[in-house]
Amino acid sequence: MILVIAEQSSGKLNRTSWETIVGAQQLAGMIGGDIAVLVAGAGASVGAVASELAAAQVKEVVTVESPALESYTPDGFTAALQDAITQLAPTHVLLPHTYQTRDFAPKLAARLDRALLTDVTGIKSAGADTAFTRPMFQGKLTADVVPQGPAPHFVTFQIGAYRVDQVVKGAAAAPLRALSVTVDASAIREKPEPPFQQAKQAVDLSQAERIVSVGRGIKEQANIAIAQKLAEALGAEIAASRPICDAGWLPMERQVGSSGQTVAPKLYLALGISGAIQHLVGMKGSSTVVAINKDPDAPIFEIADYGIVGDLFEIVPAIIEAVK
Amino acid sequence: MKIAVCIKQVPTREWQPRLNDDKTWIRDQDASFEMNEPDAYALEEALRLKEKHGGEVVVCSAGPARVAQVIREALARGADRAIHVEDDGLASADAFVTSAALAAAMQEEKFDLTLTGLQSDDQGFAQVGVILAEKLGLPHATIIMEVQAESGTLRVKRELEGGWFQWVAMPLPAVLTIQSGINQLRYATLKGIMAAKKKEIRKAGVPAGLSGKQKIASLYVPEKGKKTQLIGGSPAEAAKELVRRLREEARVIA
Repeated sequence: MILVIAEQSSGKLNRTSWETIVGAQQLAGMIGGDIAVLVAGAGASVGAVASELAAAQVKEVVTVESPALESYTPDGFTAALQDAITQLAPTHVLLPHTYQTRDFAPKLAARLDRALLTDVTGIKSAGADTAFTRPMFQGKLTADVVPQGPAPHFVTFQIGAYRVDQVVKGAAAAPLRALSVTVDASAIREKPEPPFQQAKQAVDLSQAERIVSVGRGIKEQANIAIAQKLAEALGAEIAASRPICDAGWLPMERQVGSSGQTVAPKLYLALGISGAIQHLVGMKGSSTVVAINKDPDAPIFEIADYGIVGDLFEIVPAIIEAVK
Repeated sequence: MKIAVCIKQVPTREWQPRLNDDKTWIRDQDASFEMNEPDAYALEEALRLKEKHGGEVVVCSAGPARVAQVIREALARGADRAIHVEDDGLASADAFVTSAALAAAMQEEKFDLTLTGLQSDDQGFAQVGVILAEKLGLPHATIIMEVQAESGTLRVKRELEGGWFQWVAMPLPAVLTIQSGINQLRYATLKGIMAAKKKEIRKAGVPAGLSGKQKIASLYVPEKGKKTQLIGGSPAEAAKELVRRLREEARVIA
């Protein structure tokens, strides 16, 4: 059996759980076996999320409820899921590669002494084995990786690796089953406080039609002005990759990538952005991608429609001139 | 406070990948290496905590002989001493082997706090810090943007997705994985570089019987998802041609 661990927060399903179900459906088509989806939490919210998940063509949706799972903690979730996985004995445990998964999945896999493959983008047959494709070296290389040792094998899927609209729905809702697990609340060492947003987001980049985005290649803060001018000329919003916002050259709310905003404009013009995987996941849905970079092997060119290899400080003023 | 910082040596950002003959790993001999960037932020955070609370910063690294370079760099920036778990096999080890090797060498030190980067720029598992915590029996938190450590307790700001954050408290000892950008990095001074030469580096071996839990069947340059139209010529020519194509082909600008 292939087990998908869905993610929910206060009764709201994380949409990336659907992507993981698509991955599970692909894997089941290759190796056979049933799919079960598990959702964990506290109170009635779990049931509502489970009913939503039951629309997928899967054998069953398993609910794991405990007051100790009201707020996410790595100790609480590891204990609950360790118990559930031991009872269900799946061949694979699949999860979306969210921040929450990254926080507990290595602990869970280590406690069960099982393999964990993270940030996977696809599944392949490799002879008798099943290989999982994942980026390495900041996306400069790709690896087909075969998990070793006994089942279950844990796999986390990169956000966007599968499309939500490709999930196969069942003819009827899948049955729900409550699984009883033991979680000792007094053994939970982490005490989480409620989540908060640092700054009210002044710009909603997800609504922008055109975005000019800058990366390390811009070299210094004073040079942001060059990108600003290009953005004005094109009627675009300005955005940046993580290092630029970390350095304080542009505000955090202008950050595109896995820890910033996800955008899908008509035009995404990347200036001096190498295209680390954490950035690409935030913008690869853009209709037209233009990359300007001095490194012809930069991963950004893998997903660009148009590319210019060269010095952005020469090319950007020329584009501004050409637009006029 | 006795603080450990786990650092990894990874290929530089400028490095152009070359594969070994059986296409399962890179040609190490062609690569130039540097300190993994998130680990550099973890080191900086440890140095700041020591400046505030006193104590000691011990840098720990698992890798072949070449990682002595980043260990020296960390000592030059202000770490007090180092533990080098040395083995050629660690160059391409998975997260389980790396964290088991580190845990065995770190166990007896009984650190109050262990910091490391949230993931490495080479294999990018994002697992070592968390597995290390589990192996040492300690609580942990990941993707940390602020650390408050006072009298036996820890309160940290965890980054969530999409601009959200959360404070989490836990008892010490604990393990944290640090997000890039948590602080401003310092660089080594000449005095620091000179002082580093006298600092202790304890060598440790890899425990017997460790085997990896994942095997790279094949490593390759990614297949292009899209066919990129590369536009050549002088900057002026290329710019003019790009604008023409954006107007006439893609129709995304006016």
